[in-house]
Amino acid sequence: MSIAFPFSAIVGQDEMKLAILLAAVDSSIGGVLVFGDRGTGKSTAVRALAALLPKMHAVIGCRYGCDPAVKSASCEECAALKSKGKPKSHLVPVPVVDLPLGATEDRVVGALDLERALAQGVKAFEPGLLARANRGFLYIDEVNLLEDHLVDLLIDVAASGENVVEREGLSVRHPARFVLVGSGNPEEGELRPQLLDRFGLSVEVKTPTDMAGRVEVVRRRDAFERDSAAFTEKWSAEDARIRASIVAGRLHLPKVSVPDIALERAAQLCMSLGTDGLRGELTLIRAARALAALQGDKVVGDAHLKRVAPPALRHRLRRNPLDDSGSTVRVERAVAELFKA
Amino acid sequence: MAIAALKTSAEAAQAAERAAEQAWSDAIQTALLHAIDPVGTGGVSLRGLSGPTRDFWLSFLRDALPASAPLRRVPLHIQDARLLGGLDLAATLQMGRPVAQKGVLAEADKGVVLLAMAERLPASTAARMNAVIDTGQVVMERDGMALRQAARLGVVALDEGMADDEQVPSSLKERLAFWVNLAPQRGAALDPMTESPRRAVAAARALLPSVMVSDVVMQGVCEAAAALGIASVRAPILALRVARAAAALDGRVEVDEDDAAIAARLVLGPRATRLPSQLPDDESEEKSADDKAEVQDPEPAPKPPESSDETEGDREDNNTEDEPQDDEDEPPPIDPAVLTDLILEAARAAIPPGLLATLKLSQAASPRNAAAGRAGQVQHHKTRGRPSGVRRGEPRAGARLNVIETLRAAAPWQAVRRREVEVKTADHPELKTFSSARIQVRREDFHVTRYQQNTETTTVFVVDASGSAALARLAEAKGAVELLLADCYVRRDRVAVLAFRGNTAEVLLPPTRSLVRAKRSLAGLPGGGGTPLATGIDAALALAQAVQRRGETPIVVFLTDGRGNIARDGSPGRPQAMTDALLAARQVRLAGVTALLLDTAAQPQAAAQDLANAMGAGYVPLPYAGATELSQVVKAATANAARSAPV
Repeated sequence: MSIAFPFSAIVGQDEMKLAILLAAVDSSIGGVLVFGDRGTGKSTAVRALAALLPKMHAVIGCRYGCDPAVKSASCEECAALKSKGKPKSHLVPVPVVDLPLGATEDRVVGALDLERALAQGVKAFEPGLLARANRGFLYIDEVNLLEDHLVDLLIDVAASGENVVEREGLSVRHPARFVLVGSGNPEEGELRPQLLDRFGLSVEVKTPTDMAGRVEVVRRRDAFERDSAAFTEKWSAEDARIRASIVAGRLHLPKVSVPDIALERAAQLCMSLGTDGLRGELTLIRAARALAALQGDKVVGDAHLKRVAPPALRHRLRRNPLDDSGSTVRVERAVAELFKA
Repeated sequence: MAIAALKTSAEAAQAAERAAEQAWSDAIQTALLHAIDPVGTGGVSLRGLSGPTRDFWLSFLRDALPASAPLRRVPLHIQDARLLGGLDLAATLQMGRPVAQKGVLAEADKGVVLLAMAERLPASTAARMNAVIDTGQVVMERDGMALRQAARLGVVALDEGMADDEQVPSSLKERLAFWVNLAPQRGAALDPMTESPRRAVAAARALLPSVMVSDVVMQGVCEAAAALGIASVRAPILALRVARAAAALDGRVEVDEDDAAIAARLVLGPRATRLPSQLPDDESEEKSADDKAEVQDPEPAPKPPESSDETEGDREDNNTEDEPQDDEDEPPPIDPAVLTDLILEAARAAIPPGLLATLKLSQAASPRNAAAGRAGQVQHHKTRGRPSGVRRGEPRAGARLNVIETLRAAAPWQAVRRREVEVKTADHPELKTFSSARIQVRREDFHVTRYQQNTETTTVFVVDASGSAALARLAEAKGAVELLLADCYVRRDRVAVLAFRGNTAEVLLPPTRSLVRAKRSLAGLPGGGGTPLATGIDAALALAQAVQRRGETPIVVFLTDGRGNIARDGSPGRPQAMTDALLAARQVRLAGVTALLLDTAAQPQAAAQDLANAMGAGYVPLPYAGATELSQVVKAATANAARSAPV
């Protein structure tokens, strides 16, 4: 599979696409969880992301792809490079790293470089997937089937933005700031609350039920399979437009102001829903700000909050296992009540 | 009368024979179509026991595939190292550097893999297969190596399931275009094929890339899928690929109605979750009419979200009913409607009659199930041994040597050890062979992978809904169960609900993790009638044993007053009923199933206590048990069961 299905050619699934774009505009939102039915294009959307994202500057020779603009980098490799003079940088694609099921711990966190250790007796660190995903996206398909010890690991690193390796006599720390993207089918098991909390936004996807939409999905898939190069070419203009909006959104983001009234609204909303901790409010505000930036608005308003409230909050509600109504309904109800008043 | 009966039975036999013949020719056609496009069609879920029929089918598939295409068999409990690839131990030790080894999936590139006993496939293996089917490559991040290898392959899942709840994991099954049931072909004659299909398949393979699908066919297939209540969009996509292969097999470059009909029969029919409307003409025509208007838009631009949301809601309503309430009456274009009919007709012919009967029943019983659009029971295979980390230590039962970690531990010491050995061998030349090893591994280097052997717990609630229990305390019993359900939720247990009253016991809810469903099934439970205690216990035991067979730990919680009055044979009478009940209870104890009896009577009953003793169950009189006690008692029972669970 050399060519990924173009992002813009995905039919419908607007909430999922929006959530991914918001995370691309502001990575501090903290990741996207996509849960839903089978055959709804969950993994297609994430795999399309790599081709969509604008390239980034990275320090040449740094295995963690550090940003040359950041001065106080905690990265040992950059520090070593800087001591020799000003490091050069180049443009690289934003990494979208797949964490495949069955990955072993040593490949995820990194480990002693076995080849060099055995052949040359050198103690060297071989970075793992977390290093490769630095400044990019880490994608876990079927996240609910991930082994527990890997989940523990991810929870820690996703929170601290730094991977600390203490094994086999190695003591290495390197930046590992990534946007966690998970997808899965809720029927196959639920996520641990701690991991759930690491995802800023959570999206529920459903199979399109309108006939025109379904036919369109099938038609585009068919066209893509017949001639993927031509199909990608056809959609490249649309992809470029989205890419431009991401770039513009990132530039615009620091200029978006969040008035007190919006903060108050967010707090009220979280209180009425009884979400745990402050992360809900924080994510809600960040997502609303990213949405405003993406749309080119200067001030965060009610419309932004309303739009991002379901993905930002639906997985943070304290679950009442015996409540029939889904979390989405509860969030929507609370939103309707708050904004009506 | 007698003659008429004889005649109809003969006719029925003939019909069955015809059906079996048709099914067998479909199975053969499936093999051909799959051989033409193994990657596109995903694969075949082949349900049927091992035997000459299956062997014949498999050898036919082998003949149809190109001679160079590998056909690899994957055993049920294959390890990741072999499935995905990993470290080649022998080569690594010999070369003194890590050497990668291909996994089975990469080895089967451009061929087909056979999954043995796919009905017991662990969810984790299924997920790995899914990733390979979706991306056409194996991504390996293991043992200090990262590899990306092509694995464009078809999957044949050999499903030997007998019971309804033994199914290929649905996430995998969904990706396989063909669902073939070999059971009806037991009597079919296995004529040896006169000529090898290989040449025809090869010609079709060459033709396949140039086969076109018209918009009309595409639309027809999508509509047929919707009319059959197939929710996933994968189904029409797979059906179109099958139609294309069928056209190529026929030597054409344009998919026509017949190809679409074949695809519908093979792909859509087995996936149907409901019968198409009794008036397919009206439905499909109207649907195609209003869709046509949208689709004929020259620019297939992404649809605005608002309108798609609206139609989504509408369609959802339609899904639960068979009659859509469309009131558009403009004359439809004839071609697509006729085509949809044709496709639907073909698919309908392939719908197994039994399936529809059960579907109808379940629809009548609970419309929610029908709306969910899933025919089968969702499988939850829990692997017995998930790796749970690596520790220093020696290999023994339950801990497997982790080669890569062991080598890593040994690596830093190689230089020192070599020197050490050189010194030693200088005095003892007989140790020379030992020193010639490239890598010196010592006992203290050993690292082992530890596997978790947590079996999942399923709590079976057995609710006495008879008159004696119901009138007084059924509501309270339901309350107690709800408390316990919340507890199960916290522990991620699965629950099942079984009720007995009158003279039957009924499984209200097969094991599930959806507590909302459990609660619903309880809420809708009517009370009244006799107390067939023995029947209830028997049914509970059967369910518990089914759970055990899946490698999970059952806990049975009885909510009853222990006053049975219907014997096992259905006859009323307290003494016989109690004798039967005690007998059944002893079976529970013999089976070693952990049980708990909550006495729901207003006063603690001696009968209930006897029953609890007979089945070796914990006894809790509900009148005294508050919420917390109840939860504690069940928790304790769970802990015990988990400890004594067979590993």
